[in-house]
Amino acid sequence: MPSDAALPKPVTAPAPPGPVRAFWRAFRENRGAVIGLAVVSVIFLIAIFANFLAPHDPMEQYRGFTKLPPFWMEGSDPRFLLGTDAVGRDMLSRLMYGARVSLFIGIAVMAVSMLAGIALGLTAAFFGGLIDVMIIRVMDLIMAIPSLVLAILIIAIIGPNLTNTIVAVTIVGLPRYVRLVRASALAELSKDYVTAAKVSGVRKFRLMTVTVLPNCLAPLIVQAALGLSDAILEAAGLGFLGLGAQPPTPEWGAMLADTRDLMLSHPWVMAFPGLSILTTVLAINLMGDGLRDALDPRLRRS
Amino acid sequence: MFRFLLKRLALTIPTFIALMFITFVMIRLVPGDPIEVRVGERGISPERLEQLRQEMGLDQPVWKQFLDYASSLLQGEFGTSIVSKAPVLQEFLTLFPATLELTLCAMLFAIILGVPAGVIAASRRGGVYDQSLMGLALTGYSMPIFWWGLILILVMSNTLGLTPVSGRVDLIKYYYEPVTGFMLIDSLLSGQKGAFWDAVHHLILPTIVLGTVPLAVIARMTRSSMLEVLEEDYVRTARAKGLSWTRVVGVHALRNALIPVVTVIGLQVGGLLAGAVLTETIFSWPGVGKWLIESINRRDYPALQGGIMLIASIVILVNLIVDLLYGLINPRIRHAK
Repeated sequence: MPSDAALPKPVTAPAPPGPVRAFWRAFRENRGAVIGLAVVSVIFLIAIFANFLAPHDPMEQYRGFTKLPPFWMEGSDPRFLLGTDAVGRDMLSRLMYGARVSLFIGIAVMAVSMLAGIALGLTAAFFGGLIDVMIIRVMDLIMAIPSLVLAILIIAIIGPNLTNTIVAVTIVGLPRYVRLVRASALAELSKDYVTAAKVSGVRKFRLMTVTVLPNCLAPLIVQAALGLSDAILEAAGLGFLGLGAQPPTPEWGAMLADTRDLMLSHPWVMAFPGLSILTTVLAINLMGDGLRDALDPRLRRS
Repeated sequence: MFRFLLKRLALTIPTFIALMFITFVMIRLVPGDPIEVRVGERGISPERLEQLRQEMGLDQPVWKQFLDYASSLLQGEFGTSIVSKAPVLQEFLTLFPATLELTLCAMLFAIILGVPAGVIAASRRGGVYDQSLMGLALTGYSMPIFWWGLILILVMSNTLGLTPVSGRVDLIKYYYEPVTGFMLIDSLLSGQKGAFWDAVHHLILPTIVLGTVPLAVIARMTRSSMLEVLEEDYVRTARAKGLSWTRVVGVHALRNALIPVVTVIGLQVGGLLAGAVLTETIFSWPGVGKWLIESINRRDYPALQGGIMLIASIVILVNLIVDLLYGLINPRIRHAK
């Protein structure tokens, strides 16, 4: 063996990147995910600033300007870029406010589901026994009823409106959050650091929230992203059936249902709301796939 | 295996009891008194009201009412529809074959296209095929199917005139008594020329619409499960033995890759029934999904209650069967404690 002097000077390894930067590196690799993130950001901005961006009031009915086609077609009016609907409301403005409604529903559902899912999932995992069995049974029951059918049942009881849509969609989606939190908490509970914390006398509540919970967050964040797109799709479905947000609220699903009679003569009135739903959900799913690949190292290379 | 079966069966009992409880509570929470709903707005005398309350068992204590409800359910009594005055079970059974036919076709459509798509994507990983197939799959997964249905009607039916817009068969041209309730079989049995093709034509669009989401899910699942299997040692061994790539993928890998896919297919049943509600509404398909929505709009709560009870029972049963099948094809589950 040659002496050490012959070797090149050892290069000091660069410090390992922080968790946020490591995540961003992995996320950036996925082109689809970055595009998804960009589109989602744009839609969010539109939703937030809808009242500044929208050229018209989404409820205002312009008599004499009904059923105008979008700007690239003959007979369009430059004041109504994407045309107008059956009663002369500006399509573009309604779509913009619709983004607000849909994203509001989606985020509300996601936030409530996360909180309730964490509370119920951690309770089930930590207390075990009868409490665990009961929580899991109830979740199984919710999962046994087809999502939309259960949502319809709930709406039939509490009545169709925007708030109740959020309630129904949250209940329907809750089991996935609860089961996920419970499963990851159970997996963490058997690890040494939890035993160490227990031995050093950490209280149960603190153990649950401060010690274990942060380690269950990665899959939960992925679930939240996918849950957001599910919630938007489900709420739009309810709106389409007339059981969600009620007219004249500019909700994409309800807008679609509104235009069914116009479908053959004025197809674009139907095209835009559906296209908005598809674009939003697709972008969120692209982002969610990227999140999963970046946060879950086991799946990263697939 | 027997123990596994018993354990799995025992687990469904509390779920059923809870389901009964929920549907029982539901009818109580619905706005409006059940008798008022039944007699309408005319109003009735107090004596008649008392008599009706006794007839319907509403003067009994609540726990007794629940037990009565549960025992009548177990005897196959699912209540009577307010609107049609027919037993809910009977109404459900006349409509269910239409839904079953549609969901089976959608499932077949999804499996026949989804599994090969997943296999192709996995074996060309990262290539053009993989990327475009998975792009399509994600789009299908994100699709609002009610809009997809309208678009298909617009393009295929109204512009190209290829398929009919609604219903199961052209009732003006063909008429026959339902024998099995499955239009494809009934039309063949009827012996009328062209009836079968007409029924097939009516099925195409609803099948595509309902099958789109499961197709996407199956394709994605097949791909990821295939990728996992392709890294296993026995795949490398098979390759080293000199077997062709097609044979290794098609025979050795696929069989193992399909195990998780079977579970996913089973889990799609609930989603299919939910999708059927939307699909049937768009295509005026006379199945249980459309019937549920109509029951809500007519405030026919007994029909809604019975219908949901029946649909949930079917889903629970199918999930049970899938679990058992899973145990059969995967010994690791069967022998797990």
